[in-house]
Amino acid sequence: MENPCHMCMPMGGILALKGIEKSMVIVHGSQGCSTYMRRHIAEHFNEPVDVGSSSLNEKGTVYGGAANLRTALDNIRRVYQPKLVGVVTTCLAETIGEDVARIVKEYRQDNGIDMPIVAASTPGYGGSHNEGYWLTVRRIVETLATTTERHNKVNVIIPSMSPADIRELKRFLAAMGLDYTLCPDISDTMDQPYLPVYSKVPAGGTPVADLCRMSGAPATIELGVTIDGGVSPGKYLEDTFGVPLYRVPIPIGIENTDAFMAALESISGKKRPAAIELERGRLLDAMIDSHKYNFAGRAAIFGDPELVYAVTQACLENGIRPIVVTGDKNGNLSRLLPDNEMTSETIVLSDPDFNLVQERAGTGAANIAIGHSDGRFLTERDGIPLVRLGFPIHDRVGGQRLLSVGYTGTALFLDRITNTLLEDKYRDYRKNMFNKYFQQPKNERQRKGVAAL
Amino acid sequence: MSETTVAISEREQFIATKGRRKNSLKCDADSIAGCVSQRACVYCGARVVLNPVTDAIHLVHGPVGCASYTWDIRGSLSSGSELYRNSFCTDLREQDIIFGGEKKLAKTIDELVAKHPAKLMFVYSTCIVGVIGDDLAAVCKAAALRNNLEVIPVESSGFIGNKSAGYRAACEALLKLIAPVDRAQAAASRTINYLGDFNLAGEAWIIRDYLAQMGVQINTVFTGDSTSATLKGAANASLNIVQCAGSMNYLAAQLQELYGIPYMQVSFLGIEDTAKSLRSIAAAMGGGAIRAKAEVLIRRETDRVLPYINKFREKFIGKKAAVYVGGGFKAISLIKQFREIGIEVVMIGTQTGRREEYDTIHELVAEGTVILDDANPAELERFMTSQGAHLLVGGVKERPLAYKLGLAFIDHNHDRKHPLSGYDGAVNFAQEVYSTLCSPVWKYTAGKGGG
Repeated sequence: MENPCHMCMPMGGILALKGIEKSMVIVHGSQGCSTYMRRHIAEHFNEPVDVGSSSLNEKGTVYGGAANLRTALDNIRRVYQPKLVGVVTTCLAETIGEDVARIVKEYRQDNGIDMPIVAASTPGYGGSHNEGYWLTVRRIVETLATTTERHNKVNVIIPSMSPADIRELKRFLAAMGLDYTLCPDISDTMDQPYLPVYSKVPAGGTPVADLCRMSGAPATIELGVTIDGGVSPGKYLEDTFGVPLYRVPIPIGIENTDAFMAALESISGKKRPAAIELERGRLLDAMIDSHKYNFAGRAAIFGDPELVYAVTQACLENGIRPIVVTGDKNGNLSRLLPDNEMTSETIVLSDPDFNLVQERAGTGAANIAIGHSDGRFLTERDGIPLVRLGFPIHDRVGGQRLLSVGYTGTALFLDRITNTLLEDKYRDYRKNMFNKYFQQPKNERQRKGVAAL
Repeated sequence: MSETTVAISEREQFIATKGRRKNSLKCDADSIAGCVSQRACVYCGARVVLNPVTDAIHLVHGPVGCASYTWDIRGSLSSGSELYRNSFCTDLREQDIIFGGEKKLAKTIDELVAKHPAKLMFVYSTCIVGVIGDDLAAVCKAAALRNNLEVIPVESSGFIGNKSAGYRAACEALLKLIAPVDRAQAAASRTINYLGDFNLAGEAWIIRDYLAQMGVQINTVFTGDSTSATLKGAANASLNIVQCAGSMNYLAAQLQELYGIPYMQVSFLGIEDTAKSLRSIAAAMGGGAIRAKAEVLIRRETDRVLPYINKFREKFIGKKAAVYVGGGFKAISLIKQFREIGIEVVMIGTQTGRREEYDTIHELVAEGTVILDDANPAELERFMTSQGAHLLVGGVKERPLAYKLGLAFIDHNHDRKHPLSGYDGAVNFAQEVYSTLCSPVWKYTAGKGGG
């Protein structure tokens, strides 16, 4: 593999667990794993991100790491006093065959603690951070949701998204008069305000009590159409507790946002308020304003499959041709993407490395890239400008503040794309026109002159 | 203000306060589980040392994450090849873990060599490779013969120690690369190797220029902007100078033992250390004309930059600094460099400092300074707050913590985009301190950063 397109499973596990109220994460493995992931997360969100490690050394690797994990749990509880601890595993822990679920169960029994501990088996060689994310969300729900009486909080299963995007979803839910449980919710935990008093465990996140009661929800909206039923938290809630499931894409693009709003209308039994209808109108206005510019767009889109799916849809409805779409391993993306005449050139790459993306972007004459920071190499090496979106964004500030969902978010996202295309067009416009129409006729005159002689 | 921090008793031996009692700081031990150590792993240590070798293929034998997190991690600059800025990986999957990864490694090496012409390849082992027991050395040896290039295994399984063990693994790999020479010939070469500079933002180039002005040629840098050819000829030098001691002291000692090349510690952080180092190099290279040229350079550069630094210095009266960096030698240099700009260090710690370095730190700092090894965020918060620090020097992970506490912050990490070495570096350092400590933003916070 040349230049990876994704990260490893425990990374996704950490991201998911950071959205639970007063939670802490322990990465069961050697020290470096947690440090690398903390560094990436800290750079993207510009937030402190404390993640424990069981700091497995040679002894633990040979004789088993249970003692290390228990010490880690003791120390994390002592310093952070969390309401929930998540334990994700690494290559090392999985290879030596650590039964984390059992260790955790015994630890809770031995110490007589009520605090939930979510164990997720996330070997680094087992899949990408995206798979680790979904698996961990599923484990959170499986571990906590128990039979409960019916209530009116709608479950919303959140894929990896920016805090700003999650806040926008909350605004929609509130506008529709719906009470909700977002799972997980990093909108506050990974985008904390500056406050006079620093808190090691940031405020916010999904309350543990709410997670326990997801089983009694009137419905689940899962922003995940690319994942299989076996890892879908919404499917689990439907199968186990009979909670009706609405699976909709991330609401980027007008159709995806319409689908999200339709789900909210269906669940609440209410029509959307006029203010949101106006937002939709403004998005349409923005789409019309920029449609001719966007028609020049040939986009290489990469990142988490769920995001890639939504972005590709948004590109298609704006006349931007997706040339390279990359993301999932399970092939769901290629099945889901519409058979649109503009997609005739679309290549969906499953499980690629970045070199393959670069190669296809080149042969497809992509002129814009949409995705995380590693796409900077497309700019650096091939001059393809990058619109940063998704995770990780580590070479710019504000990854946590990027707003791209909903009607307003889509308009902002679209503007970022259009303006990037315009900037690219104008950059060499004078030179290009000069070379094409001034130099060339001159050369022709010269040629004619030669012929006349 | 901050919440009460509950200390972990096992950590007490890793923390000392100067003047309180006879200091005996524990260091170079494994991190305590659950302590949110800021340390990385063995593989990381090896990777950061070797990655600046520009024309080598750096292949990670392991799962995708290890390669992903270290892709272009160093801000090392190159004057030639850009091959080192790729992240190659065998991408081990479940099947490989079960059946072994040797075949996949051999195949990956062959494919990479076919696609990227190179004379040298480093193959890094990761945690699971150590556990499943792939015979890295044998695969590399066979692949080298098959493909006619040097393939050097780097034994850097993550769990075999901390980052220091990775430095050692990198040095071992470099030793395998260096071609043996006649000792007498090396001593007569009158060139030096510059060890422990990774050419972040062109720092190795700055030092090379200083030495050239003194009439001293650099044979090779370890490893900033180096190539397989320059490293191979490393034993031809007559002197080794070592900037980053943590990563390179072992190599220097080995080169002395194997080839009789003497070595000395230098530091180009701050104007005081830079001048001292240039003088020591001149003396070691025979003094005389070299010494005279060094003095001209030192005078000229000091006169050039001192007015800037003094101007900044006036702005920093009464400010206190906290330092948390990777290695002990950098920490020592920073204490001195802060003194140059009129700032006292009140908390200082490292990830991988050694006993003698902590002894030096202890001697250098003022009474009451907190010294800590392998600190965690809770401790950093506690001591920065209780010691009244106005700014922190650290890496990427520490930055958001400082900002959330309302403290100024100085990047001393891999991917900073300005040099901190030499005279330009000293100005950059003072300017960066100014840019953060005196930013108007602190007017709107609780008033700690700007004080």
